Amino acid sequence: MAVNLATLRSNVELALAGRVAAPFSYRDRHAVEIVSTGIAEIDSLAGGLPRGALTEIFGPACSGRTTLLLSALAARTAQAEACALIDGCDAFDPHSAEIAGVELKQLLWVRCRNIEQTLRATDLLLQGGGFGFIALDLGDMRADVLRHVPLESWFRFRRAVEDTPTILMVLEPESNAKTCASLVLRMEAEPARWSTTSEAQATDFFRYPPSWLLEGFGIRAELLRSRLQPIATNSFQKPFASADRSELFETNVLRSYLRVANGISAEVKARIAEEFVAG
Amino acid sequence: MAFASIHVPHFPLQAVVRAEPSLRNQALALVDGTPPIWNVVAANQAALQAGIELGMAKSQAAQFHAVEIRNRSRVQEKSAHAALLDLGASVSPRMEDTAPDTIILDISGLASLFGNEETIARQLMQRASSMGLHVHVAVSSNLEVALHAAHGFPGITVILPGEEAKCLAPLPVRALLPSAEILGTLERWGVRDCAALAALPVLPLSERLGQEGVRLHQLARGARLRSLVLARPGVCFQEEMALDFAVAELEPLSFLLGRLLDQLCARLEARALAACAIRTHFDLEDSFEKDFQVFSENSPPQLASKTYEKILSLPVPTRNSKMLLKLLRLQLQADPPHAAILKVILAAEPARPRAAQGGLFLPSCPDPEKLELTIGRLAKLVGHTNVGSPELIDTHRPGDFRMAPFAPVSDESKIPQKHATAVAQGSRETPLTAFRVFRPEIQANIELQQNYPTRIYFRGLRGNIIAASGPWRTSGDWWREDIWQQDEWDVEIRFDSVSGQSQKISSPRTQDGLYRIYYDSLREAWFARGRYD
Repeated sequence: MAVNLATLRSNVELALAGRVAAPFSYRDRHAVEIVSTGIAEIDSLAGGLPRGALTEIFGPACSGRTTLLLSALAARTAQAEACALIDGCDAFDPHSAEIAGVELKQLLWVRCRNIEQTLRATDLLLQGGGFGFIALDLGDMRADVLRHVPLESWFRFRRAVEDTPTILMVLEPESNAKTCASLVLRMEAEPARWSTTSEAQATDFFRYPPSWLLEGFGIRAELLRSRLQPIATNSFQKPFASADRSELFETNVLRSYLRVANGISAEVKARIAEEFVAG
Repeated sequence: MAFASIHVPHFPLQAVVRAEPSLRNQALALVDGTPPIWNVVAANQAALQAGIELGMAKSQAAQFHAVEIRNRSRVQEKSAHAALLDLGASVSPRMEDTAPDTIILDISGLASLFGNEETIARQLMQRASSMGLHVHVAVSSNLEVALHAAHGFPGITVILPGEEAKCLAPLPVRALLPSAEILGTLERWGVRDCAALAALPVLPLSERLGQEGVRLHQLARGARLRSLVLARPGVCFQEEMALDFAVAELEPLSFLLGRLLDQLCARLEARALAACAIRTHFDLEDSFEKDFQVFSENSPPQLASKTYEKILSLPVPTRNSKMLLKLLRLQLQADPPHAAILKVILAAEPARPRAAQGGLFLPSCPDPEKLELTIGRLAKLVGHTNVGSPELIDTHRPGDFRMAPFAPVSDESKIPQKHATAVAQGSRETPLTAFRVFRPEIQANIELQQNYPTRIYFRGLRGNIIAASGPWRTSGDWWREDIWQQDEWDVEIRFDSVSGQSQKISSPRTQDGLYRIYYDSLREAWFARGRYD
């Protein structure tokens, strides 16, 4: 029986000679290049964003998905990479992105109206090639609409970015890409931080309303899947390591006096921002 | 000194064939005249063999079904002449524009660049062929000899110094372009070629034919000398095509645009240039509505022809005709002309081609030509106004921005240093909270308590506002019609549970979070601007 199997194997290898290099061995999985997300906690949790792979970020509204997206965009555009944002719900705020450090001239923004346009635009950009970072923002789309996106679309996206230097990031309310995603992060919001001048005010908002200021909120990111580690070939081990680690980080809201200052000159804006960063 | 003369035989025919290459191997006759009198003015060998004669009426010529009849086109002859000048300029800057069908080049000193004279002549023929022209090339140290040899001998003729008379000997006297009277006289004498003319004694010839006779004698001997009259080729790259029948559909129009673009790109390549913009001009057929207006009683007749004009601007100069055609198609699909097309004019704005040095360590950047095509396709999909780079406007009005063309740079040093928040990006521990915008803003109903929002109703949901920060008042543009005045609030909303689940977005709990709402003092209504995410 063993001899027959060996003969059969050699026959198959002979028949496929010149077309398939090694039909009975697993394809080498190259070590992927990983880049920073711009958020240290996420980098320590997931290692970063993998190039040539699909990264899925999901979570409910106000869970910090867009904060992660803008941080990644800021990091990529600062490296002079061409980035694209396919905005499924036309929810991108250029002012917020500018303040977060995104170089807007490096960003191609495609404002879509429905899921069909969004998927088609993604196909076009992936086929066009050359982008360092492509983000597909489906964060405000209805969950039932996204569930009807055929799995073949996710497979197509994954295949399109494979062996390219492109990072494909998808933002969704629920996870839909299944095994096509190499990195899956679930985001959750922690309670918001409101600044008050005294404990008494903190306990009764309506009694002391004028002293309240929104400071920011915490975001908990949970790593659900990561294929970033190179794996051994010729083995049947699970191709990715399940992870259940999570990380918490805080975000800050720009104070409103800065937020409303969009029309001021860049120098003044920079000075205010410096004061803000300084604390 | 060495001169190369380039002659386009049957120039009117070749001008038409250049615009319609499928006619190259067919019997073709050109008609010209004033309607209704049309006569055959040119015909190729196949048409003459089929029985076509010059001067024949168009109605007679039309009876030869194997012969294609076309109108003589001065526009296409002008384009062909411009192409001929570009051909000459591709080899030598010293050029004489002798006639619409003939140019003469000074090719002295080009041997190190192109090779010997025969190689130069061969290259000229190849380049002419790529531009849709079949030419005769003659090279000689005598300008006049080169000129007449190109008129008289097909293909490539290289005349060595001292052999001018010998080479011109078999050339018919007609090729020297004498006046009809002198040509008749010479024929009566039995002088039919240059050898016979050169053998005549000069003085008796001068007594009988005058200075014209002496000039012809010198030409026949290859002894006449003159200087090159330099011409400078223009920088107008334009190709036109007038159509016999109006074209209303994109597919047949694409074939015509493709031909014109091929010609334009070949001309640009000959001049080592590329196109940074393509101007499209169509003359359109009068529509039914226009005809109706012309015949209506009160409206004045509108005699001006309708036109359609578009400019296709390119981020980087290119002469890739296939890519240009795709971009033009996308542009036409996005904004098609409203009537059938009678005439097509394409003009290229010339620019120096892009010369870029790739870097191993530079970040990946889309190929500009491919990127333009991708953006064109995206614009067709989502609309021109929905693709590009966001650009902030110098205003306090919340959410104001405009879309600019996407032109990324691949050099990190060219990225302008952002303000401190961005510079500190790497070291900043706490990222800034992002904001998502509702477009358009969602009207909300707000319950107030002591002038502070406490409950909110919007998107079919109701919720309690458990914390709020505000109001942050902004206003501006009071001198304009679109004045604005808003009181903004940052609010934290906890939505009520809904048992019926009438809305399909998701459960209300998943919508809890931080929102920005505002009261519009002018519209006297509350709106939700977006949410922090």
